[in-house]
Amino acid sequence: MIAEHAIILAVVLPLLAAPLCILLGRGFLSWIAASASVWTSFGLALHLLNRVLHEGTIRYALGGWEAPVGIEYRLDAAGALVMTVVTAIASIVLPYSYTSVRREIDEHKHHWFYACLLLCFSGLLGITVAGDAFNIFVFLEISSLSTYVLVSMGRDRRALTAAFKYLIIGTVGATFYLLGVGFMYQMTGTLNIEDLSQRLLAMSGDGVTPVYETTTIRAALSFLTVGISLKVALFPLHVWLPNVYAYAPSVVSAFLSATATKVAILIFLRVFYTIDGKAIPFEALPLAQTLVPFAVAGAVVASFIAVYQRDVKRLLAYSSIAQVGYMICGIGLATAAGLESGLLHLFNHALMKGTLFLAIGCVVYRVGQTRLELLRGVGREMPFTAASIVIGGASLIGVPLTAGFVSKWALLTAVLAEGRWVIAVLVIVSSLIAVVYVAQILHVMLIRKRPVGSERLREAPLWMVVPTFLLALSNLWYGVVDGRAADAARAAAAALIEEVAR
Amino acid sequence: MDYLGLFNYWVFIVLMMCGFYMLLSARNLVKKVIGLNLFQTSVFVFYISTGKVDGGAVPIATDGVDVYSNPLPHVLILTAIVVGVASTALGLALILRIKDEYGSIEEDEVDLQDALS
Amino acid sequence: MTIAVAAVRTKNLFEAAMLFGIFSLVSASFFVVLDAVDVAMTEAAVGAGVSTILMLSTLAVTGFKVRPRPVQRDILGIGVSVLLGGALVYGTLDMPRIGDPTAPVQTHPIAEHYIDVSPTETGIPNMVTPLLASYRGYDTFGETAVVFTAGIGVLALIGRRRRRDGTPVESCEGTDAMGDRHRVLRVVGKQVIPAILLYACYIQAHGDFGPGGGFQAGVVFASGLMLYMLLVGIDEAERVIKPKVLERLIALGLLLYGGTGLLNIIQGGAFLDYRTMAHDAVHGLHYGILAVELGVGITVTAVITTIIFTFAGHMRSRQKALPGEANAAADGGAS
Repeated sequence: MIAEHAIILAVVLPLLAAPLCILLGRGFLSWIAASASVWTSFGLALHLLNRVLHEGTIRYALGGWEAPVGIEYRLDAAGALVMTVVTAIASIVLPYSYTSVRREIDEHKHHWFYACLLLCFSGLLGITVAGDAFNIFVFLEISSLSTYVLVSMGRDRRALTAAFKYLIIGTVGATFYLLGVGFMYQMTGTLNIEDLSQRLLAMSGDGVTPVYETTTIRAALSFLTVGISLKVALFPLHVWLPNVYAYAPSVVSAFLSATATKVAILIFLRVFYTIDGKAIPFEALPLAQTLVPFAVAGAVVASFIAVYQRDVKRLLAYSSIAQVGYMICGIGLATAAGLESGLLHLFNHALMKGTLFLAIGCVVYRVGQTRLELLRGVGREMPFTAASIVIGGASLIGVPLTAGFVSKWALLTAVLAEGRWVIAVLVIVSSLIAVVYVAQILHVMLIRKRPVGSERLREAPLWMVVPTFLLALSNLWYGVVDGRAADAARAAAAALIEEVAR
Repeated sequence: MDYLGLFNYWVFIVLMMCGFYMLLSARNLVKKVIGLNLFQTSVFVFYISTGKVDGGAVPIATDGVDVYSNPLPHVLILTAIVVGVASTALGLALILRIKDEYGSIEEDEVDLQDALS
Repeated sequence: MTIAVAAVRTKNLFEAAMLFGIFSLVSASFFVVLDAVDVAMTEAAVGAGVSTILMLSTLAVTGFKVRPRPVQRDILGIGVSVLLGGALVYGTLDMPRIGDPTAPVQTHPIAEHYIDVSPTETGIPNMVTPLLASYRGYDTFGETAVVFTAGIGVLALIGRRRRRDGTPVESCEGTDAMGDRHRVLRVVGKQVIPAILLYACYIQAHGDFGPGGGFQAGVVFASGLMLYMLLVGIDEAERVIKPKVLERLIALGLLLYGGTGLLNIIQGGAFLDYRTMAHDAVHGLHYGILAVELGVGITVTAVITTIIFTFAGHMRSRQKALPGEANAAADGGAS
């Protein structure tokens, strides 16, 4: 029974653990409930990934109503990969969160915090498995609303303005998405994504043009693109992101940076491959041509801005925008290799950014702030945290033997296979700038000396260091030993391409 | 082409543009939220209009009526309205906190304080 | 439309909020014209009711005037809006006109299913209800979760700091005065409240046959409680309706909805497949829809009441600092 319902339980259990947190009312009990449900989801996600890779797409009719009458859950390899990333990061973040949250958030807000974290988590999961365009909107809003709350719990008052701006921009993005879905619905009469993709091929009312060539569908696609790009924080629609990551509580920054934009990228794939791919192959869209330059420009510009940041978390946030550029660039190539590199980088970026934000969280726990000049020599007294930052940073640059190298190499080969030299050069330039900003962090934290007279720091508590360090080691593990992530990404890319061809 | 039949849509479009402009250009945070609401409500009206059928009745089964409007857009918009009010409530709560912390809800004044700190 | 333009132009935020309320009400009547009675009911209650009240109570704290600044045209804003408008007009060019019976929306088999099959399959004449609670019940579950999030979020943002630590909340004169000044209002109001609450229960139960359902009922119920709060003051209201209890109820509603789904799984069906709940599929559907609508109703009532109480509490706590503005707000809220 569990196997049959795994796909729904993975989403619903954490969603229901959220009200449970409110009923339990106490920080510790909420944390237990949250951890238990998140780990269960992780187990179920691994099971599902395994099944999808062996048996193909899994479907589940909610309420027992067959699609398109009812809502369908539909998990393909790409969805399963993102689902695994989200659940894995959440399972690592939760043990870490207990200590960190106690330091950063008022005691009486703890159960609200865990409830929102769970809502955000299950909202993101709900998107990865949804097979219905409107259902994606609903779960997008669950995760967004809870994100606004989580961000606003940050200590700094700028967290409030960051959350407000994100709320306005996020709601506009979601409304654009809704508008795009509405246009599509009007031309096809359905919301199920597979049914949509079939009906786009039909003839429209005048009997001459097929539906996918009508102006309405073109407008719908442009609205969907803008709406999703806002959520992905694709350059130049990224303005909300730096402050959100910079002023959110450490746990939230780590969780969001590793998951939220990734799920938005998945929605992107859903629209352009699963829904629209049959009618208009992605590479035939004028969009594909414009997207790659934007993505690469974003990668370079955002890396460049990152160098000038004085706050570590803002620096990492800008670096995230750059990394999203790589992923979109890979996807925008619209080849199997490009897709594969994009998806693989999605997985690896979750590992490295998760590591870095968790490590910065450890620093915040001891030092209490994130301005770069005040972190002098901190790394010398917190060895494991420092080691995590070194590994995470190396992976971010793409040093061989780390996970970051694998995916960046894949991206470069994919770009070169298409003969696009300029883009390849820009990707390398952006990586070189990454060397500069990572070196900056390491220089300040490891080489500079602590100011005279400052008290000696201790390593962060075990509950925080162990998850951080484990995640850091996973960067090496997936860089050197384990090729399963790459295999999964390859399978996911192949499945998306095959779907289009069918 | 029957432009007259499209005229109704254009009314919503003008409404959406009003809301969107208000959202972009207002410096006052509450006004931004109001603009957001205008924008969303216009999108809802557009959705509902897609379900209408000429001569259709309210979708509640009654004897002797054959043509009903499509209830699906209604359900979608019920959900969307609720989501909209949820974000409005959160946005306004954030504004209250911003007022507490900054003493102002004008965007430029708040940004200025952020830049100084 | 004029209203919308006026709302954009006005410098007075109070006017803008009220104009938005009117705009909502006009859209609601538009929904009735387009046969969407359930939506109209919700829009009237939410857009014209809850949103406007929340905007007003925010303004009560923040002040009603936009800071005067030299008139400047926001070129970028106009440009982007026109771009949006252009894209929208372009999109409408190939659209079927409103009311076209041959539009894909009307001819797709699912429309037929919802309209022709649903009343016999479910035994519920209002086609919106089974669609909302069963065919697309999972969306509604998500929607309830969104409402839940909003409730928790507002609590986390401006909820009262702990009341246990000895400092009793200062007795407030501002809102209490209402009861003394307007005795007639108070007496009449108290007569009306039970009727409103009863009407809410009617909407809740009658959703199967007429327009209505859990969400609308929740809003109406909450507005009854809000009227009570306006009459007796926030402190007295919170003594009767404890915030802690409300918080629990928020959670309980969502749990009831999800629990129904889990029960269906245990009974061997899919998540939210109510047909497993009784020997007869139609009966099972009825039980299930009843349960989830009740869940929605509980959560919505509790969330909206919580939000309004929290806003009122916040307003009250700021009142001392800004007595003039707050009084204006109390009048605004009452009118």
